[in-house]
Amino acid sequence: MVDEEKKGLAGIDTAYVAHLARMHVSDEEIARFQPQLEQVVAYVAKLQELDVSDIEPTSHAQPLTNVLREDGVREGLTNAQAMANAPASVEGQFIVPKIVE
Amino acid sequence: MMSCDFNSLTIHDLLEQLRSGETSSVEVVQGLIEAIGARDDDLKAYVSLDAEGALAQAQEADRKRAAGEDGLLLGVPIAIKDVLNVSGQPCTCGSQILQGYVAPYDATAIAKLRKAGAVFVGRTNMDEFAMGGTTENSSIQVTRNPHDLDYVPGGSSGGSAAAVGGGIAVAALGTDTGGSIRQPAAFCGCVGLKPTYGRISRYGLTAFASSLDQIGPMTHSVRDAAILLEAMAGVDPMDSSSVDQPVPDYTAALTGDLTGMTLGLPKEYFVEGVDAEVAASVRAAVERCRDLGAEILEVSLPHTEYAIATYYVIATAEASANLARFDGVRYGRRAEAGTDPIDMYGRTRAQGFGPEVKRRIILGTYVLSSGYHDAYYLTGQKVRTLIRRDFEQAFARCDAILTPVTPTAAYKIGEKVDDPLQMYLGDIFTATVNLAGNCAVAVPCGKTATGLPIGLQVIGPDFGEAQVLRVAHAYEQSGATS
Repeated sequence: MVDEEKKGLAGIDTAYVAHLARMHVSDEEIARFQPQLEQVVAYVAKLQELDVSDIEPTSHAQPLTNVLREDGVREGLTNAQAMANAPASVEGQFIVPKIVE
Repeated sequence: MMSCDFNSLTIHDLLEQLRSGETSSVEVVQGLIEAIGARDDDLKAYVSLDAEGALAQAQEADRKRAAGEDGLLLGVPIAIKDVLNVSGQPCTCGSQILQGYVAPYDATAIAKLRKAGAVFVGRTNMDEFAMGGTTENSSIQVTRNPHDLDYVPGGSSGGSAAAVGGGIAVAALGTDTGGSIRQPAAFCGCVGLKPTYGRISRYGLTAFASSLDQIGPMTHSVRDAAILLEAMAGVDPMDSSSVDQPVPDYTAALTGDLTGMTLGLPKEYFVEGVDAEVAASVRAAVERCRDLGAEILEVSLPHTEYAIATYYVIATAEASANLARFDGVRYGRRAEAGTDPIDMYGRTRAQGFGPEVKRRIILGTYVLSSGYHDAYYLTGQKVRTLIRRDFEQAFARCDAILTPVTPTAAYKIGEKVDDPLQMYLGDIFTATVNLAGNCAVAVPCGKTATGLPIGLQVIGPDFGEAQVLRVAHAYEQSGATS
């Protein structure tokens, strides 16, 4: 695990962050991505130049709130349609590797 | 068999031919499939064709027309970027992780085109999950620029752009998160419209960055872009970010002159780093707009230099969340021999995603992670507010803004593929618009000495599609754009 204090804001640990994203990366990928990502992180640090302390954040460009629709019963995918793309299934259910011993 | 020239056939002209009985949808679709067969070995614009399904749809369109029916797009073939769900067709998003996936439903934009009578011939190549500007990040094939096969078509909607620009599509759909419609349209010499955020429902579009993504048309003419926009626009209960605004008659806005319009030139967009030929072409286009009756004035978008940093924080953060769904459980590819679910996710994602998608997931996860969220993601959202304000202030003074689409024309295949930062910087004139949420259209405005297309971008305010289409159309109709 990375010492985040020591790394400072420009630090990115490819292997650790990939683990957070539940994505295995090979040693070759780490060697390739690490300098590329460091370069991008150093570039986006440019944002720190601006004083934005009094600025409201924008999460969506269109200011929509409380978008609601009628809470009625609608047709959705059938179980067979929903399962049709499953890599592994039995009796209309998704199969995953064993979670609890 | 008639032989259509798909290099220039517009939706508008095709509809006239269909209405007059000069041709039939079946003839056109057959001709198009032949043209694709002849040219796409070189271009590699399409990743899959549905010739049988398209011919059946064309027959149905011809039957309806014979029975006296008509429709906004009855019998017109449209190519679809491989990121939009069309019921019964594959939707790979250019990724190995979705190999074998078959869409169980229509995206809303597709359902609307289907209702208008459109025919879905095939699916076009793209950068994996729309991440890239060259289509080289497709895991399926490398698409080539129809104007020079050694050059990239742009991206991420590079397959759609190459198909339209290369004469193997009448029109196509793309998606635009940071320029992915406008940049490839500029590189391949076609028209590409990024509508206002919320103008077209995103339901059934595989999400990259949900606050930035929009679907839009890529066409041979500005009029065709207006026709397709009108067919797809409108609020949708399936997409709560779609906006309930009236859909005007966009083709009625195409008056052919610019009298009474004020067009802004942002000084921050005409700077060092813009290729001299690109700058000269855009300057000439500005002068043409002045001749057409527009008043030209200088405006300022002072936070432009922060747009790329903001874009790559927000877009990757949203992508890292959106792509969490690809875990090998419900659809797509699953890695074998995972010992537990976490290991299975990790292996599946390692095998299923290509390098650019991995880089962006890692970067997006990083900017959202504990200790970095405020410094990067929250700051990015605040700078986004400043970028949006820049446009609001500029549009208080003008009706539309003219800029280059890209700093350079297309570059060679392989030239930037392993230099992500250099690639990202090419989005400078397009990504600002996605961050602010307004609309913009790319229209061809000449070629380089070596014959590569150059694009003019017309940027409008929120829901200003009618006025940007009016400007682009008047310019296009004034002649000699390519």
